[in-house]
Amino acid sequence: MPAVSKGDGMRGLAVFISDIRNCKSKEAEIKRINKELANIRSKFKGDKALDGYSKKKYVCKLLFIFLLGHDIDFGHMEAVNLLSSNKYTEKQIGYLFISVLVNSNSELIRLINNGIKNDLSSRNPTFMCLALHCIANVGSREMAEAFAGEIPRILVAGDTMDSVKQSAALCLLRLYKTSPDLVLMGEWTSRVVHLLNDQHMGVVTAAISLITCLSQKNPDEFKTCVSLAVSRLSRIVSSASTDLQDYTYYFVPAPWLSCKLLRLLQCYPPPEDGAVKGRLVECLETILNKAQEPPKSKKVQHSNAKNAILFEAIALIIHYDSEPNLLVRACNQLGQFLQHRETNLRYLALESMCTLASSEFSHEAVKTHIETVINALKTERDVSVRQRAADLLYAMCDRSNAKQIVAEMLSYLETADYSIREEMVLKVAILAEKYAVDYSWYVDTILNLIRIAGDYVSEEVWYRVIQIVINRDDVQGYAAKTVFEALQAPACHENMVKVGGYILGEFGNLIAGDPRSSPLVQFNLLHSKFHLCSVPTRALLLSAYIKFINLFPETKSTIQEVLRSDSQIRNSDVELQQRAVEYLKLSSIASTDVLATVLEEMPPFPERESSILAKLKKKKGPGAVSSTEQEDGKREGGELNGGGERGADSTIAASNASTPSPSADLLGLRSSGPVSAAPPSAGSLLVDVFSEAGPAAPAAAVNDDGFLRDLEPPTESSDSLLAEGPGDSDSAPPSVVSEDPAPPMPQSDELLHKFVCKSNGVLFENQLLQIGVKSEYRQNLGRMYLFYGNKTSVQFVSFSTSVTYTGELQSQLNVQTKPVEPLVEGGAQVQQVINIECLTDFSDAPLLNIKFRYGGALQNLTLKLPVTVNKFFQPTEMVSHDFFQRWKQLSQPQQEAQKIFKASHGMDKEVLKGKLLGLGMALLENVDPNPENFVCAGVIQTKAQQVGCLLRLEPNAQAQSGEQMYRLTLRSSKDTVSKRLCDLLAEQF
Amino acid sequence: MMRFMLLFSRQGKLRLQKWYTATAERDKKKMVRELMQVVLARKPKMCSFLEWRDLKIVYKRYASLYFCCAVEEQDNELITLEVIHRFVELLDKYFGSVCELDIIFNFEKAYFILDEFLMGGEIQDTSKKSVLKAIEQADLLQEVCDVHLGLL
Repeated sequence: MPAVSKGDGMRGLAVFISDIRNCKSKEAEIKRINKELANIRSKFKGDKALDGYSKKKYVCKLLFIFLLGHDIDFGHMEAVNLLSSNKYTEKQIGYLFISVLVNSNSELIRLINNGIKNDLSSRNPTFMCLALHCIANVGSREMAEAFAGEIPRILVAGDTMDSVKQSAALCLLRLYKTSPDLVLMGEWTSRVVHLLNDQHMGVVTAAISLITCLSQKNPDEFKTCVSLAVSRLSRIVSSASTDLQDYTYYFVPAPWLSCKLLRLLQCYPPPEDGAVKGRLVECLETILNKAQEPPKSKKVQHSNAKNAILFEAIALIIHYDSEPNLLVRACNQLGQFLQHRETNLRYLALESMCTLASSEFSHEAVKTHIETVINALKTERDVSVRQRAADLLYAMCDRSNAKQIVAEMLSYLETADYSIREEMVLKVAILAEKYAVDYSWYVDTILNLIRIAGDYVSEEVWYRVIQIVINRDDVQGYAAKTVFEALQAPACHENMVKVGGYILGEFGNLIAGDPRSSPLVQFNLLHSKFHLCSVPTRALLLSAYIKFINLFPETKSTIQEVLRSDSQIRNSDVELQQRAVEYLKLSSIASTDVLATVLEEMPPFPERESSILAKLKKKKGPGAVSSTEQEDGKREGGELNGGGERGADSTIAASNASTPSPSADLLGLRSSGPVSAAPPSAGSLLVDVFSEAGPAAPAAAVNDDGFLRDLEPPTESSDSLLAEGPGDSDSAPPSVVSEDPAPPMPQSDELLHKFVCKSNGVLFENQLLQIGVKSEYRQNLGRMYLFYGNKTSVQFVSFSTSVTYTGELQSQLNVQTKPVEPLVEGGAQVQQVINIECLTDFSDAPLLNIKFRYGGALQNLTLKLPVTVNKFFQPTEMVSHDFFQRWKQLSQPQQEAQKIFKASHGMDKEVLKGKLLGLGMALLENVDPNPENFVCAGVIQTKAQQVGCLLRLEPNAQAQSGEQMYRLTLRSSKDTVSKRLCDLLAEQF
Repeated sequence: MMRFMLLFSRQGKLRLQKWYTATAERDKKKMVRELMQVVLARKPKMCSFLEWRDLKIVYKRYASLYFCCAVEEQDNELITLEVIHRFVELLDKYFGSVCELDIIFNFEKAYFILDEFLMGGEIQDTSKKSVLKAIEQADLLQEVCDVHLGLL
């Protein structure tokens, strides 16, 4: 041990370690440790000051004891003292102890931070590195607070030593991962990115991990790294194996850095710059070419390093999914690996091919390897490799090879390892359903599945086969026959009995013509299994029996006898007893007709997503489900989150540019008089016509609608009248167009709900018209700006709008609209201001009717004006004590409204916060004892009164059902307010 | 990013553990126990990678010691295998044909070498020279201090 004997060996430590190793029993070890702990404690407490060496030795012993798995509750202070030692090894041991045994004791953290601060500013590179290591090892919030500002400076400073830069980069990465809010890259971004160009390969290697992580979070700010990474990669890939000296690993130039560069590029889409992209494609081709060259060394390290780069390159090619040529080459390369003698390569090739299988460019190429993969499933000795093979078969399955793959998977199931059976069963069930061309094959497959691996067939699987058989009458007879045959086996799985009971109970009549499966034979077969089954299955069988009585009257007496027997009618299980009693009674008193009605064949199940698929997703996470399914989900998600919002942003930007800022004072509102209420809505005939084909349908379709055209003629004259004198509209009330306003469109409530938590955005949009909203509220007053945009190139004539509010609303709100110009040019936008005064709390929303003529056809649509009672909230800050006192005061049942509902938008904490803030109440932090819950407080300002409201939202991410659920509770001094707010909010989450 | 690295013997004795994310002691013990069981049960010739919880485990046996790393979903298995190998090379170079006993008796040195090589679960430097230079510098500092002490 040459290096160790250099003189820093701590003899006492070595002796202690030997002692421990010589202990014959656990008890002896504990005894020896306790003796040592007592010794160290007395040394630390002793009057004599310990020298640095002893302190180091004892701290090191404590560390050793801790690493053996024993608790250490002292010595921290001595370790911290070592930090201020001038001797490197003492300092080093101090830091090591802290890194391993950090304690959240804040007093100590302050002292540790102090030591770190001293070392960071020491300008001694080895001390600085030690301090940075400690920060990275502990990575606590307190440390981030203390040093997150300092480290970027060290990282990019010109005079920082390379080794310190490396430590600083990774230290910063650790802090960014634990406390991203505290690490502000801002001004350093570009200098950090340019570390990719650093002369020192070690610096680049360390920095790239940081850059990759930052790029994942802020792709736009770091996108300049793409071209730098490509050129760096290109230099490495084309370098001779000796160029990079110590960074060449077993003849492979810089394998770690190459992998990291390829990984970084996977944070971005393919480079847009043609030259950069060309260079990158060249790199990828070179890497693929090199894989074909003879190895430069026989060492496994050489091939591992080389192939690590190759797999990372393939991952990038798959990520881009845009270069068919490269994808197919990648697939061929992986195909070679499938038969490689190295198990590791076979494993990785199977894994990597799974992702290739979902690319349209390489799916077919992957399929050509089916025989090899099936062979792997059969012959691999390592279960983890077989698992990969099964995954790949699942991924490459399509209509053309489904029968083969399902058959192979089924036969594998017979001998499959227990650990993967359940997943295999789900996969077979899904493939069988997805690619079932004829349903008899599907039924065969599932029944085989139950026969082979019944214990692993979850309820979802056998529910599903029953759903499908019930819904498809062409397979019912076959299913009955097959299940009847399957039940002949002397020992069959209980799940088979369940399926058999259900299917024969429904469709036993379809095979009853054959004397070999006559009603009595069927019944006896089922009943022979009865006594071996669990209670739920027996219950199911009893139901099947009563169905038999209906299907086959000749079995009635036999079955009644069974039901009447003591083992049924006096069964100790309540459910079974009840069924026996009720079915017996039913069969004896009901007439054949009544019986036939009660026991009618099950109606078809509504079509829904396969519950099996849902289960597989849950079991394995998104990776388990083939990526086409995933993509679909993503696309949907993308549209839901993206489309509408983007539209809203652009409108607001446009309206800001074209209109004066609406933030003018709102005080003038009070003086404005109320607008007269519009006439009540149209007769029922019109309502029907309009709601069928009216505003909800695309406008173009409306024009062709014969119904509407019939209705139009009488209005032609008023149209021309208006067209002649547009100026008239100033004097004319907005309701000058004679048609009655359309009833609110079906989606108007949904549109209204979109605006509960936000005040700006697009309210409505169809092919002709876009309506944007911008609003602001103060006290009980509000001002809303509506922007009507003509999306066509043709002008709208007779453009008019009206706001109506009837019934109760008249006494609750006061709405004043300014008329709009009756002519909206193609592509133009007009603005309308609406002033709103809240007199008292309200539940309905006023209606906004818009009418205009486009190419002669009348457009008439009615929306709900997006004003809801929460808009008049004034946030109220309060502390926990006040909140709960107030909460208790509002405890009368009518003051509370509560709803429990499923999350329909996920449970992202930040999104929830944003919505609650948008609601207008104050979001109170540190009030609810459960940090997952949200509580809010606010006062609704109306002219008549102020209504105080408290809100509590309790997310339950893992409710029993596996769904994400919320419980929302509103309490306020007014029951109508609680209820309305609760209704509105339940739609938001 | 590497989540943790474990060194343990064929007999299931933990020789070195390095955790790159904050983990409660109780969980650490549970994970170590569970993982040792899984890895020790595997036969030679089996593949060096396995899925375990939401992590990928990459392991390799050198003489009596198992080196076992847990990395994340998107990490490269083969290069992780070579991280292990490079670490073994570093230990070997420093101790001079390293054996399990070196790591037992000089566990603190093993930690220092690992720290110079990996930091926060990422590679700090892959050059053997750079890493060993850093360690030797430290030893040198130690000697200077000792000499200094001797003078006193």
